[in-house]
Amino acid sequence: MGKRTIIPFGPQHPVLPEPVHLDLVIEDEKVVEAIPSIGFIHRGLEKLVEKKEYPEMVYVIERICGICSFGHGWGYCAAAEGAMGVEIPDRAEFLRTIWHELSRVHSHLLWLGLLADGFGFESLFNHCWRVRETILDIFEETTGGRVIFSVCKVGGVRKDIDADTLKKIADTLENIKADIKSLTDVFLDDVSVKNRLVGVGYLSKQDAIDLCTVGPMARASGINQDLRFNGHGKYLEVGFTPCIEEQGDCYARCKVRIREIFESIGIIQRCIEAIPEGAIDVPVKGKFTGEFITRMEQPRGEAVYYAKAFDPGKETNYLERMRVRTPTNMNIPAMVKTLQGCDLADVPMLVLTIDPCISCTER
Amino acid sequence: MSEKKYAIQDIQNIAASELLERVRKLKEDGYRFSQACAMNREYGQDLLYSFDKDHILLNLKVKVNEGEEVESITGEYWPAFIYENEMHDLFGIKFLHNALDYNGNFFVTAEPTPWNPKK
Repeated sequence: MGKRTIIPFGPQHPVLPEPVHLDLVIEDEKVVEAIPSIGFIHRGLEKLVEKKEYPEMVYVIERICGICSFGHGWGYCAAAEGAMGVEIPDRAEFLRTIWHELSRVHSHLLWLGLLADGFGFESLFNHCWRVRETILDIFEETTGGRVIFSVCKVGGVRKDIDADTLKKIADTLENIKADIKSLTDVFLDDVSVKNRLVGVGYLSKQDAIDLCTVGPMARASGINQDLRFNGHGKYLEVGFTPCIEEQGDCYARCKVRIREIFESIGIIQRCIEAIPEGAIDVPVKGKFTGEFITRMEQPRGEAVYYAKAFDPGKETNYLERMRVRTPTNMNIPAMVKTLQGCDLADVPMLVLTIDPCISCTER
Repeated sequence: MSEKKYAIQDIQNIAASELLERVRKLKEDGYRFSQACAMNREYGQDLLYSFDKDHILLNLKVKVNEGEEVESITGEYWPAFIYENEMHDLFGIKFLHNALDYNGNFFVTAEPTPWNPKK
């Protein structure tokens, strides 16, 4: 047994887009224990429900994350609509589904770029982000924003997309599929890339269950868990196939996300074919009432949204409590588990393949 | 069953003394721990624990009086350490037998228990 040494990893590190600290206890080149610390960027966004009326709170919730901002806005609105018993129009559900799946494509392309950067393949990183720009352009054209869209509101959506633009989006996505495939083939087939991913960071199905993992992290270990099955949006109507892999390593986590890009493009195209004409919102007036807990399948996995009004008779335009639990919260324990026994050189790959979003986690 | 599984709102009120037994039973029944959070009430806090099975949530709402200590569920669901440390650091709720207790150093806050200043 070698001498034990503790190596601090983060909160500032080249592979970390956001601050998380790990104390890596190593023997020779093997990590024997990893102790995580977060809390560097706790913003107290949930606490802002005391100062923002419920229709305005969606702007705060969207700012939890710069990557899956739309999904957070949708999750909040879905919780508020559930609490108040609001049914939104069909067209709004379709538009929400389209924007959300575009966000998933953009998030996974961003993550693939970061992964390529992590294993030192700079040109691959640049190409992933080049293709991602196409999705950001669609966001800009349809919402006016490239990061924060502010199109989701309690009662529906704020902006419509006309038929010509929808057709253009479907065509654009069809055209970039070949480009994405040529990039993702490198991740899946290149020998040097596979050397960094195959068999690294193995998480068994049982461990994934015991550690309550979510999203691509769980699906890469063979767990059929995808919250798009819970009835939000138009997923069940247009149909989709959850992307499951069994190997449980970094390669499987990469493959799940790559397959999900193509699955999301299919969902968007089917939504565009099926979207009906009609209203995009319903009026929502009055005080905030009720209590509701719901979940969305964000690009990183399950996110939980809980909205609660003040007790009956004391309702106001403010929520008493708003809770958002983001996917990275649930994947940190699995990351700690996979780090145990790994080579020190593989730590960046392991940290990256949970696709950590620490700003989300701390809110 | 309706396709809108998210519309099922199963929120059960229980006492703090019942928590561990209920959580053990849920684990035996194959539930996945999903989240836990706290909210201030006149008497102290309500804790909301959520568990998932087949994409449907079951929630336990636990009434905790001010100063009352709560049994940790990390013995059944180890990932709950994140939420128990969060509730400790933000609300000042004390958990007994937490498997990974950061002793108030999980979140870096400018003041202790900022979401429950009377602590």
